[in-house]
This record gives sequence, structure tokens and C-alpha cells, in this order.
Amino acid sequence: MIQFDNVSKRYPGGHEGLAGTSFRLDSGEMAFLTGHSGAGKSTLLKLIGLLERATRGQVWVNERNLNRLKDRDIPYHRREVGMIFQDHRLLADRTVFDNIALPLVASGVGHQEISRKVRAALDKVGLLKKEKLYPLMLSGGEQQRVGIARAVVTRPPVILADEPTGNLDPELSREIMELFMQFNDVGVTLLIATHDVDLINTLDKRILTLRQGRMANDTGVAA
Amino acid sequence: MTGRRSGRGPAFARNRNPMTWLLRHAQVMLASLGRLSRSPLGTTMTAAVLGIAIALPAGLYTLVNHVQALSGAWDGSVSISLFLRPDIRDDEAERLAQRLHTLPGVGELRLITPAQALDEFRRLSGFGEALDILDENPLPAVLLVNPTPAYSSPDKAEQLLLELRARPEVELAQLDLQWVRRLHAITLAIERAVWVLAALLSLAVLLIVGNTIRLEIQNRRPEIEITKLVGATNAFIRRPFLYDGLWYGLLGGLIAWLLVSISLWLLQGPIAQLSGLYDSVYRLEGPSFTSLLAMLGGGGLLGLTGAWIAVGRHLSEIEPS
Repeated sequence: MIQFDNVSKRYPGGHEGLAGTSFRLDSGEMAFLTGHSGAGKSTLLKLIGLLERATRGQVWVNERNLNRLKDRDIPYHRREVGMIFQDHRLLADRTVFDNIALPLVASGVGHQEISRKVRAALDKVGLLKKEKLYPLMLSGGEQQRVGIARAVVTRPPVILADEPTGNLDPELSREIMELFMQFNDVGVTLLIATHDVDLINTLDKRILTLRQGRMANDTGVAA
Repeated sequence: MTGRRSGRGPAFARNRNPMTWLLRHAQVMLASLGRLSRSPLGTTMTAAVLGIAIALPAGLYTLVNHVQALSGAWDGSVSISLFLRPDIRDDEAERLAQRLHTLPGVGELRLITPAQALDEFRRLSGFGEALDILDENPLPAVLLVNPTPAYSSPDKAEQLLLELRARPEVELAQLDLQWVRRLHAITLAIERAVWVLAALLSLAVLLIVGNTIRLEIQNRRPEIEITKLVGATNAFIRRPFLYDGLWYGLLGGLIAWLLVSISLWLLQGPIAQLSGLYDSVYRLEGPSFTSLLAMLGGGGLLGLTGAWIAVGRHLSEIEPS
């Protein structure tokens, strides 16, 4: 569950990322977040992952008011929110396996459980044979799948993706979106920022449109 | 939804199993060692600088300790020189010597008559011809008194000196304890200097380790950001850097111990020669196992502290964006 109550984010220097945004995404729901660059898509996702804090308004994620979450609890919050980025943010000097294992290692999961969970995640994104390779040896689409596997390996209830198909051709983009829909089928809440309107219009999911930091349009649940 | 109203929500699951925690520490410790060993040149150079910084005060301290032990051993060989008035004749000096011999505290006693003294002076000083122009022997008779062991301590010897000085035949009485005391005072001063040096070089070790860790943090900035992004706690991110610091310190301590050992070994020969000249069988002890432990402990502690300072200062600045 993600809920924004009249949330604003003003950056030092006066730029306004969000200006009084409100919306609610129920548990197990999947939605696309769209809008021009600078409309506040990234800011909104950063507030959910607590990469930044709201200047005004209330942000609720997984039953918790993030405004009241202490800094030392942020790591534990992030373990429940899988994040996927356009530039993948993989570690180039570690193998695919080690990249995906990182969230498990960071949360103190035992050795054998790590192997099992990483392989399960690799299997899900179809990269089981590539676990020993390094990210730069993979294609853009495969790197994005590694990023996705890393985000889901801890089985977080919420997954955020910021332009996950930004650098991919239409066919690969559709494959990635279908992967997200599979996660949604098993109950994961997903919020995916994208400007690929053509693609998401064919997917029959809720679309939230931001304009200058405000929620300009909401197609509603399963439009 | 009670969680919504209180705002706290459900508690986060935290892993508090001590075994898992210990295992993770062991893993990070070994991983840190592995990382350092993959860049052997850089690691060795840093550790060598630390080693030299630790070896300097440690080596000096060892030397000061030896000199103190040495000056303690020489306290026993005290002697008092009694310069008699010039008008005292040889036979009178002889009688005085016999009388003094019966005094408590007087052990061995040797009389050097003016003639013997002149002879010795002529032989050793090289002023033989200059002495020939003198009409008479200007040198007084000298009585060399060695106190008995019971009177050899500085205080007792001083007391004996005062007693002997009071004799009418004695013009000047000198206790040769003076130089032992000076040596003692000098070693105390050097010891203090060694502590000051140790403090300064410890600071240097902190700065070197701190700076090395700071650079390492900067190099691994993307990794730190991503690790924070996937939910790593600050403690988790801090840990490898602290172990890096610990290993640097331990390696530095080991190198310091080797340097001190080699230096002492090189000094062994000359010191044996020197102590031979003083009729002593003094030997320079090699660095002990305790000193190895002390240098490893000191190095490790300094390395850890330096890393801690760097990590505290620089890690909090790195947040994912």
C-alpha cells in the first residue's frame, strides 16, 4: 500500500519536485506513473524509497508513515521496497550472482539461503546460465533483468521502477513489462515510472499522470 | 488500521542472531584481508609507512630501557677520589690510608703518590716536556676509595663522602657517582622525548590510516550508494573499512617489530665491543614476544581508530540519489 496525502517536495534553491500530490495505490495493485520529464516522477519514487523526504504532506508505505520513520530505520524500510533504475545501478566488478545477492548479504541472510534465493530470482528473469558473468558482458536488456532480479530477490511487497525500459527497444520493453505483470500476479504492489505511453496504453493497467508536480490524471483501478 | 493511526506501523524484522553476526564479522574480516592482498604493492607501502612510524618510538624505547638497565648495573662500581693537601708527605698519606681502611663502609683503598701521578700523567697526557719546566711536582697525592657494597647506594656513598671530606688532610673529595647520575637524568629526559615522539607518530599513524580509508571510501562510492539503496545499514557499510584499518595497523605493527629486531641485531656487535671496553659482559637483548604483542596491539588499535575516524567523517556524506 502506498498513499500520498497532499505531498510537496521543494529542493534547496526553490525548485519544486512535487506540489501537493495525492493518490493511493492499494496493496497488490500495479500502476504506471507517467508525465513529461521534470513532472516529478522520479521525485515521487524517491520519496517512497526514502532517498529523499517530503517537505510537506504525508507519505505512507506498507502501513508506515515515512515522515515519522527514523533515519536508522531507513535500511529496513528499503528492504521492503525493491527499486529498479534506468541505468541498472549494477556493480561492474561483481558477477551477476553477487550483484543479485547484495540485498540478501546486506540483510544478513545465510549462505545457503542466498544461493537458493538468487537462483530462484535468476530463473524468474531467465538468466540462470549467466550467473558467473559480469554485468558489462551482458546486453542492455539482460542488465536490466539483473537489476530486476536484485530488486525482487528479497521478495519485497513493493517494487518501484524508474524508466526501466528507457534504453530498450519495443520488444524488450514489452518483455520487461510482462515480467512486472507476473510479479503483480503474485500480489506484489508495483509502481512504474515511464514515458513509454504507447506501450502502457496496451497493458490495461492503471495510469497516473503527473504534470508540474501535481496529479493531472488518474485512470483509476484497472482502467 | 492501528498502524496508520499511530504512524509507527508494524515493527521491522531485525536479524539479531549472535551466530549470524559473528559469522558475518568473520566473513568481512577475511574479505577485507583478501581485498588488501589483491593490491599487494599499495598495501605493503601503506603498511611500511605505518611500520616505520611505529618502529621509531618502539626502537628508541627499547634502547632507553637498555641504557637504564645498564646505568643501574653501574651504580655498584662507585668510587670516591680523595685529593690530599699538597703538604702531606707520602708516609703521612700512607698512615692516613691505613687509618681510613678501618672505617666502616671503606672497602678497597689505593694510594697514588704525587710521583706516581706525575709519571702516569707524563705517560698518558702527552704534556711530558711541559711538565719538565716545572720546578716541583704540582700534583697532590690521591686516595681512591671503593665503598663496601653496603655503602654503594648513592645515599650511603654520599654520606661516606661527607665523612671523608671532613678529614683535615683532604683538600678535595669527589664521588664518581656523578656521571652515573647524569646518565640516569639523561635517559629520563630521552625517555620523555620518546613518549612525545610516540604520541606524535601515533597521530601520524592515525592520519595515514584515516587518509587511506578516506580514499578507499571515495573509490568505492558507487558501491556504497548501491549497497545503501538495497537496504544495508550503516554498520554493514562501515564494517569492511574498519577491518581494512585493523589489518593495516596489524601489518604495520608486524613490520615495526621486524625493523626493530633487525636494528637490534645490527647493533649487537658494536654494543658487545663497547661493553667489552667497560669490562662488562652486557648483551643487547633481542625484541621479545611481549614487544611483538605490544606492537601488534598498538598498531591494530591505531589502525582501527584511524579507520573509525575516517568512516565517521566520510561515510555519512554518501547517500544514494
